[in-house]
Amino acid sequence: MPEAAVPVALVTGARKGIGRYLAEHLLARGYQVEGCSRGPADWEAEGYRHHELDVADEGAVKALFAEIQKRQGRLDVLVNNAGVASMNHVLLTPDATAARLLGTNFHGTFLMCREAAKVMRRRKYGRIVNVSTIAVPMQLEGESLYAASKGAVETFTRVFAREVADFGITCNIVGPTPIETDLIRNVPKDKIDGILQRLAIKRLGRFEDVANVIDFFVRPESDYVTGQVIYLGGVS
Amino acid sequence: MTDQVDNNSLDRAAVIEIVVAGVREALVLASPEAETTELTEETRLIGAGAVLDSLGLVTAVLEIEQRLADEHDLVVVLADERAMSQKHSPFRSVGALTDYVLRLAAENTHA
Repeated sequence: MPEAAVPVALVTGARKGIGRYLAEHLLARGYQVEGCSRGPADWEAEGYRHHELDVADEGAVKALFAEIQKRQGRLDVLVNNAGVASMNHVLLTPDATAARLLGTNFHGTFLMCREAAKVMRRRKYGRIVNVSTIAVPMQLEGESLYAASKGAVETFTRVFAREVADFGITCNIVGPTPIETDLIRNVPKDKIDGILQRLAIKRLGRFEDVANVIDFFVRPESDYVTGQVIYLGGVS
Repeated sequence: MTDQVDNNSLDRAAVIEIVVAGVREALVLASPEAETTELTEETRLIGAGAVLDSLGLVTAVLEIEQRLADEHDLVVVLADERAMSQKHSPFRSVGALTDYVLRLAAENTHA
């Protein structure tokens, strides 16, 4: 089976925003990058291949990894960035919203981790980074389901990290603060300002801040770091 | 659970060979002398008298899934809900697991 000469990374939710930034960042660092989202990407780059799929669709996820295994022969890095948010009082939150949040944020992360680990274990090497949020430790009002779905990702990650450690795979979490993306587009400014005032470092996050933590987690030298969460902005 | 249906060459003998190879791979990873362990259709994979421990079973299942994908373009999840809830687990023996793979393959072909 052929094996790509350079490391291969997969970034979910790569159509836009931070996912696109991370895909381009990994490309610049010498990775072949596979990306996915539910819709087509409106950007392209040499070394980048986009896949249209729902991360919570088991059949589609299985097919994606089978294709990557066959074409690339390896997967070094997975960044589970795909996520949806819904800011609403819990008493005004539709059931369908709850299912959608848990589907993409948690179920999707589980499926991607499971299938990625199957490919990574063949070379006894893998780096997985799941994206959480400071809404988990800060218990932000209006984000109960979003925070709960990411809280599930955090607990899953800690246990998963133990289960795949024998395969040379690490799995860690970066928890960003609010960043200027579509995810917070509809959040009132005073709400964002209120969150920033509770941070140790009182500013919005930047894509670079997230990439910096991911760079640390995916370094080959970080093979003794797993099941950890790094929150940005000084949140703990 | 597949995007491929090219598994016409998948007869029972071929599947037994894949299941045995997957189990042997898991055994050898745990102990190199397992290279010569005799594996038959009756070999128990889980429960009393099983040749694999829990991590070994995980490795064996993944190896078998991988070989089915690589050699027969058959993309399946062996540990699906049906398998995990059956009274008589398809993971109980080499023969039972072989039958389960053949059943999944047939369903994929007819999907």
